Amino acid sequence: MGTPAIEIVDVAKTFGDQTGATEALRGVSLSVDAGEFVSIIGPSGCGKSTLLRIVGDLVPPDSGVARVNGKSPRQARLDRDYGIVFQTPVLYDWRTVLENVQLPLELAGRSRQEREARPRALLRLVDLEAFARHFPWQLSGGMQQRVSIARALALEPSILLMDEPFGALDEMTRDRLNLELLRVWQESGATALFVTHSIAEAVFLSSRVVVMSPRPGTIDRVVDIDLPRPRTDRMRADPQFFDLVTTVREALRGDPAVAGGDDPGRSP
Amino acid sequence: MRLVRAYGPAALVLVAVIAVWEAVVFIFSIEFYLLPAPHVIVRSLRENYPVLIEAARYTFAEAIIGYFAGCGGGILAAMVASRSPQFADLVLPYAVASASVPIVALAPLAIVWFGVAQGSKIAIVTLMTFFPTFISTLRGLLSAPPAALELMRSYAATDRQIFLKLTLPHSLPMMFTALRACTTLAMIGAVVSEFFGGPVKSLGVYIKSTASLFQTRQAWSAILVTCALGLLFYFAVALAERLALPGRAQRAEI
Repeated sequence: MGTPAIEIVDVAKTFGDQTGATEALRGVSLSVDAGEFVSIIGPSGCGKSTLLRIVGDLVPPDSGVARVNGKSPRQARLDRDYGIVFQTPVLYDWRTVLENVQLPLELAGRSRQEREARPRALLRLVDLEAFARHFPWQLSGGMQQRVSIARALALEPSILLMDEPFGALDEMTRDRLNLELLRVWQESGATALFVTHSIAEAVFLSSRVVVMSPRPGTIDRVVDIDLPRPRTDRMRADPQFFDLVTTVREALRGDPAVAGGDDPGRSP
Repeated sequence: MRLVRAYGPAALVLVAVIAVWEAVVFIFSIEFYLLPAPHVIVRSLRENYPVLIEAARYTFAEAIIGYFAGCGGGILAAMVASRSPQFADLVLPYAVASASVPIVALAPLAIVWFGVAQGSKIAIVTLMTFFPTFISTLRGLLSAPPAALELMRSYAATDRQIFLKLTLPHSLPMMFTALRACTTLAMIGAVVSEFFGGPVKSLGVYIKSTASLFQTRQAWSAILVTCALGLLFYFAVALAERLALPGRAQRAEI
């Protein structure tokens, strides 16, 4: 693979409104190889979501270049190279679970046969086959987010963009979904860009963790996570895991917005 | 059994109200021209039903035709307006203002413009149902959540796909709220504009003329027919909503 799957060079973005301008990103560069799982972590307002949205062509950068599979983000979006998982599940509540997963295939004009078979396989993958005919509001938050992951994989995207998908879930559900996500991601072979504010989650999932700081949003440090794959729940108790968590925490300089809450050392 | 539990209490209330009404009229010996007892109204209903059916058919046709014209026009106009949010912002305040104007007040003028027959009533009903439908549908079409739109964008959906698979289905509950409310407005529009003139065999004229002759029981029987038609109309639309929105209707009560 000559070209990286995602390449960001010197990207800047400022949001302006009546109350003044917020510099969301300044001079951000990042390169992600095909098949990598890269997490972006940082306190609220560090521009991590904005960075993800620039890659996904949901907002344009003010300056700098982003390239995805050697193409502009816009072209990559039109080629449907992306699967996106948002902070909220964004399921259409007039569609059943199965129909929600079918949506991308309908939009891409895929054959009826594919529209039937693939969503069922994906629901099996996220272990929700029994809920195919349910409506989203009949499901728990964690189940809804699994549906949205299945939907993101519907077109077999080469790039998986995830914006704090498990941020609203309790820690036990989140741990379980982390494992499930890794399994699903490995099966898909996609390149994953994952935004989170949980240190443990970032370390557990990723091959690299990108640490950002706010105002203006910049990349402070990139931490390589050399834990072996496949990752298992037991690794969460591994000394190497703690060391990496500490490294990331120190890179965040003990910012109060992220230091609390998700310390893996405190769980029994 | 479920039907009994759902509608049983309401049916009991109806029976109780009729019983109390009957009793009050009997105990206080109220003259029938002031307040006829229920059994008198029912008898009048039986005696006059050929006239009442003809009148009901005439008035209900006005309500239905006006309803479809007004609601249909409101939905189409909302679809056009939603294509340009700037245009929508421009017309929405006027539409809201129009919805709070008592359009029935135009009924005498409508007779001048469209004649004393059904045309003037249909025009009033059309006008009365147009604006609420327009406003609710437009709000529904413009209120798709930004994240849901972004999802469409991330899949490079065409405008047509976004409309058919997101904004339109998202707007349906709000549209149906208006369509249900407009059934009542359509009946009011038709009957009240008939008060200003129309053929004898229409519900509005029948109620007005019998009441002014103190033929209260006939007036009441026509009012009863009007109420029944209004309820039938409302529940027909509510049923259509249930069929159009499977799943969602289970959540929201009528």
